[in-house]
Amino acid sequence: MIVAGAFDLALAVTVLAVATWCVSVRATFAAVVAFVAFGLLVAVVWVRLAAVDVALTEVAIQGGIVGVLLLGATASLRRYKAAVAERSGATQRLAVAVFCAVVFLALATAVLTLPDPAPTLAPPVAASLLAFGLGNPVTGVLLGYRAIDTLLETVVLLLALIGVWSISPDRSWGGRPLPMHSAGRADALVYFARLLPPVGIVIGVYIVWVGADAPGGKFQGGTILAAMWMLVMMAGLRNPPSVARSGLRLLLVAGPAFFFIVGLAGLAISGGFLAYPAPYAKPIILLIELVLTPSVAVTLGLLVAGPPVRDARQ
Amino acid sequence: MSFALDVLSVVAISAGAFFFLAGTVGLLRFPDTFTRLHALTKADNLGLGLVVLGLLPQVDGALGALKLIVVWLLILSSGATVAQLIARRARLIARSR
Amino acid sequence: MPDFLIGTAIFVLATTALGLLRFIYGPTDADRMMVAQLLGTGSIAALLLVSAVTGLSAATDLAMVIALVAAFGSAAFAKGARDTESGEDA
Repeated sequence: MIVAGAFDLALAVTVLAVATWCVSVRATFAAVVAFVAFGLLVAVVWVRLAAVDVALTEVAIQGGIVGVLLLGATASLRRYKAAVAERSGATQRLAVAVFCAVVFLALATAVLTLPDPAPTLAPPVAASLLAFGLGNPVTGVLLGYRAIDTLLETVVLLLALIGVWSISPDRSWGGRPLPMHSAGRADALVYFARLLPPVGIVIGVYIVWVGADAPGGKFQGGTILAAMWMLVMMAGLRNPPSVARSGLRLLLVAGPAFFFIVGLAGLAISGGFLAYPAPYAKPIILLIELVLTPSVAVTLGLLVAGPPVRDARQ
Repeated sequence: MSFALDVLSVVAISAGAFFFLAGTVGLLRFPDTFTRLHALTKADNLGLGLVVLGLLPQVDGALGALKLIVVWLLILSSGATVAQLIARRARLIARSR
Repeated sequence: MPDFLIGTAIFVLATTALGLLRFIYGPTDADRMMVAQLLGTGSIAALLLVSAVTGLSAATDLAMVIALVAAFGSAAFAKGARDTESGEDA
């Protein structure tokens, strides 16, 4: 179809144009907005490639988490005006450009010289997906065949959070992160932060639930829940919690710990780490997703809130 | 009956697409941040609203129709709030110049 | 009908992508935020049209998530921009 080809070409050109502009613009805030718009366009690319799960994750993470993180970084950078005004030397920029070009050429060569038809495990996976009782092959792979990867990812997320916390000064350890709102309360934002989170929570739980049979899952749903929590914090309706609260830490660890315990139980019962007993596969997978969702949401929310810089009393 | 519904869909969706075009043209051609904001909110409310209205007869099942309406309500509320916030910020900048 | 819906989806997407020109020209950050918002709404409309044609309810779910994230993201940006630019709110 000519129309489809023209549309794909126009989409590719737009994506490249936005990316080029995002990299070359001077003002940091404009670059962050361009980055989020770029994420939206890439999500359209994913839909065009029939990868709606990836599109969901792209939109949720890029628009929700990364955008706000970069915005916080922009705000922090403004205090160091000298560092922002300094520009790297010409040789350094040339070296970076050469490196990026080499990576791009390597990726392009790899993609263009793929054997056709590509060797794939998709047919056997699709055939044996019925054993899990799941309708979504992505969830089947993520939580069934490659559950070990998902378990390690959740641990990596926790490690990232610990890394962020370790930036705080020693005297603030165990305190609260900086509140995310300014002194003046914008009434429109407060009203919005009261209106949206209930709807957002319902949609987030729905996305987790529908991940069994259609694109979705715990990561996208958890990101939506984290975004709602961040909205409440940004409107000033709640302050970020103290990182020393044992309930908070329990919630953070509960998801990966439960996943790990299921894996060990699989070792004992079914003869392999993370092996599910056959008739209980789908309930176990759903339970893992449900327990992981709050952990992911709280972890992501705290990642954006930042390191503790205030005493716990305030 | 279904032919009448199809005609309704085509008319509503075409009108919605027209408002999207109007919103973009306004965003590109209006002289001021505030007038551009006005054009943007028309595209949000009317453009998406008419498209959703035109799609309601085309989807089968109550859940599909409910999702369409939820999407439209979300964009309505967020568009209204964001318009307020952006206008407030633009006014602050204009005042400080 | 399916061709009409697909055609409208492409038209809406192309129109909102045209708005990216304002991205480059827009003198203030507020203009750029508006372009991002328009892009979000346009892709939602295109996704809803595609979902009606192909019967994929996943596209509608994606449109819902985009609506939610656009709402949250725009609020965050409008607020965050105010803080970074002028310090405290007047």
